Amino acid sequence: MAKALKEKATVNDAQPEVVLDPTREPIVVVDGLHIVYRVYGGGGNKGSAATALMRVVRREGRPQMKEVHAVKGVSFVAYRGDAIGVIGTNGSGKSTLLKAIAGLLPPARGGVYTDGQPSLLGVNAALMKDLSGSRNITLGCLAMGLNMEETRARYEEIVKFADLKPGFIEYPMSTYSSGMGARLRFAIAAARTHDVMLIDEALATGDAKFKRRSKAKIDELRKDAGAVFLVAHNLDVIEETCNRVIWLDEGRIHMDGDPDEVIAAYTEASGK
Amino acid sequence: MNGMSSESLAQFAARNGLKQSAARPSLRMYITQVWQRRTFIWNFASAKTSSMYTSSRLGQLWQVLTPLLNVAVYFLIFGLLLSTSRGVSNFIPFLVTGVFIFTFTQRSVTAGAKSVSSNLSLIRALHFPRASLPFSYVIIELQQLLISMVVLFAIVLGFGEPLGFQWLLIIPTLALQLVFNMGLSLALARVGAFTPDVQQLLPFVLRTWLYTSGVIFAIPEVAKKMHNHQWLIEILKANPGSIYIELARTSLIKSYRGDLAGWHWSDNHLWWYAIAWAVIAFVGGFWYFHRAEERYGRG
Repeated sequence: MAKALKEKATVNDAQPEVVLDPTREPIVVVDGLHIVYRVYGGGGNKGSAATALMRVVRREGRPQMKEVHAVKGVSFVAYRGDAIGVIGTNGSGKSTLLKAIAGLLPPARGGVYTDGQPSLLGVNAALMKDLSGSRNITLGCLAMGLNMEETRARYEEIVKFADLKPGFIEYPMSTYSSGMGARLRFAIAAARTHDVMLIDEALATGDAKFKRRSKAKIDELRKDAGAVFLVAHNLDVIEETCNRVIWLDEGRIHMDGDPDEVIAAYTEASGK
Repeated sequence: MNGMSSESLAQFAARNGLKQSAARPSLRMYITQVWQRRTFIWNFASAKTSSMYTSSRLGQLWQVLTPLLNVAVYFLIFGLLLSTSRGVSNFIPFLVTGVFIFTFTQRSVTAGAKSVSSNLSLIRALHFPRASLPFSYVIIELQQLLISMVVLFAIVLGFGEPLGFQWLLIIPTLALQLVFNMGLSLALARVGAFTPDVQQLLPFVLRTWLYTSGVIFAIPEVAKKMHNHQWLIEILKANPGSIYIELARTSLIKSYRGDLAGWHWSDNHLWWYAIAWAVIAFVGGFWYFHRAEERYGRG
């Protein structure tokens, strides 16, 4: 597949043609996806009580509503066992694309088809921040549908994987540093096999040791025939972890193919 | 796109058994999923309860103090200053029962309304039936209520009401109220998830409901002045807020049963209304919540 992609990887502005690989089993199909979301800008005196009231009386929408066309016609197919890195400058639509795959943003046009329920790990996703780490583990596992026995069986493994400082496991998660929180969250989410796992910079705050272990975990998830999507600004992480890279630019796929090739092109383009 | 038409990509997905991302499961499957999460629902509630008071010095003592202070305030205002105790022979047990039972519904609804919106990161990271959250928040209030009930029993006995077999009726009463509260908070959870303004409005709605539910006055006593408005009396009688309170009072307070007889006020309707409200609220609330299942993560 990597070879087929390499040949098809295009650097022009047109969207790369989607090549179907009949020998592999698809797990995510993104079909001509457009995402448009609305932002409500605050600012000026538009938010005062009197103007808000007038708006309601006149039946107008909320003020300064802007439409952002974040993803513009993206199509690709991800197969079981893929680890796909998504790269691009800030605002190129990477996080939006991941949210759309997770089903958190409705497509304006096109569609996203998946096998199983994708799980999205973002940077700010503290699970239950007022509860202790150990409670988060138990409740997280139960929420994912494990029973009490399976949860107990996996507890030690999760604690070990998260590698928190001694004692921290009993502190509320709100007291954790961002790296610790990210590690624990990742450890909990990875305790269950997900068909599709979407990681949005969630590994960025980890240290070198954690990065190594999370890479091993991602490899394991891939072996279990799932697919992993990884958004990271650290290109090394992507190069080490992924077998395929999608370069997004202004909401379009600029390039899709072999990591070395795409990353080289990307580095060159952003170096200019 | 060149070459491949977008339709064939969707067909390709369908042929391989892929489904629209985050599609809503069927109602039947959803019920199974929620039932499968019952351990999560219970444990989430227990964890939240124990963490709720960790930052205050008295800790979980507040679970007992909060209802007591509530009663003290209502007694000061309505018992002493406004004397709404007319016609009720044993006013303190009457008032305390009313406040505690209504608080259960009031707090369930308030907590339900923010159960989805305050757990967005959990919803986004892990996949589970979202209805688990409003259920959990009602269970939190149930645990709180059970503590309140111990206080209530002590007060009722302390004010000279005898212990009797009638007391056992408090169990089905609370069970029905629990089911009613779950339904209501499921419905409010959906509304609160998409219209956060509801959380600002809710306290006023609930306070109005409290004043019309016969918490601080006896409805039969008020009904006396409404001879010409029979329909209004019927509405007051059918109000679910008052139904569960009246059931609790008639089961725990012997003198109140005497008071009702004195007013020639029948309480036969109570159980039927209690069952009907519980079923309507639960079925309706669950159905309504499920209809938006795929959209809760969007916030």
